[in-house]
Amino acid sequence: MSSKIIDSAFEPWQEIQQHQSQSDLDKQFGATATFLGSMRDFNDDADVSEMTLEHYPEMTARYLDKLEQEARQKWPLLDCLIIHRVGQILPADSIVLIACWSAHRRAALDATSWLIEELKQRAPFWKKETRKEGTRWVEKNTDGL
Amino acid sequence: MSIQVKFFASLREKIGLADIAIETAETAGEAWNIATNNADVPTNLLVAVNLDYAQLNTAVFDGDEVAFFPPVTGG
Repeated sequence: MSSKIIDSAFEPWQEIQQHQSQSDLDKQFGATATFLGSMRDFNDDADVSEMTLEHYPEMTARYLDKLEQEARQKWPLLDCLIIHRVGQILPADSIVLIACWSAHRRAALDATSWLIEELKQRAPFWKKETRKEGTRWVEKNTDGL
Repeated sequence: MSIQVKFFASLREKIGLADIAIETAETAGEAWNIATNNADVPTNLLVAVNLDYAQLNTAVFDGDEVAFFPPVTGG
């Protein structure tokens, strides 16, 4: 189990591979589910050239750990990885990575889906977009549809 | 001893303050009033006391950390 917040670009697939190779998963896992959120170059029909992600460091660390623990109580996960970017972000950069490993697919899929929704509702991160007209804080997340 | 009050994101810019130590307060709401000099409370305000979500009527004590911020937009 691991969660981390990083302030520079990361390579998500490499992170998953590295985590998996260092984990004590052995050969028990039959399913790996992942969610990768990346930065779009548009929002609300406007072009966005870059974004700054601010957070409340002590509380985000606490909440990412808390979410992992809760997911582990709800589903029989063998392992879980959460990575979230902060700082200056450019279009196509990875923002958030969630990966869950389990013996069977349902637990990994459901836990991954639950984790991204809970993270978006509870973890104290805030996005500030840079557009042609200047910067503006994102007031709320989209409903994901 | 004191209570540490923090503001984040758009609220930090609006209040013009990232953090401030206040001598005492009985609730998070009172900490808001003292730290902001009775600024209007935004309707969508989120409150945390000691890194956990709380309410404006949550009791606070010496050494506590109270944070105020807008709806979160991570992920």
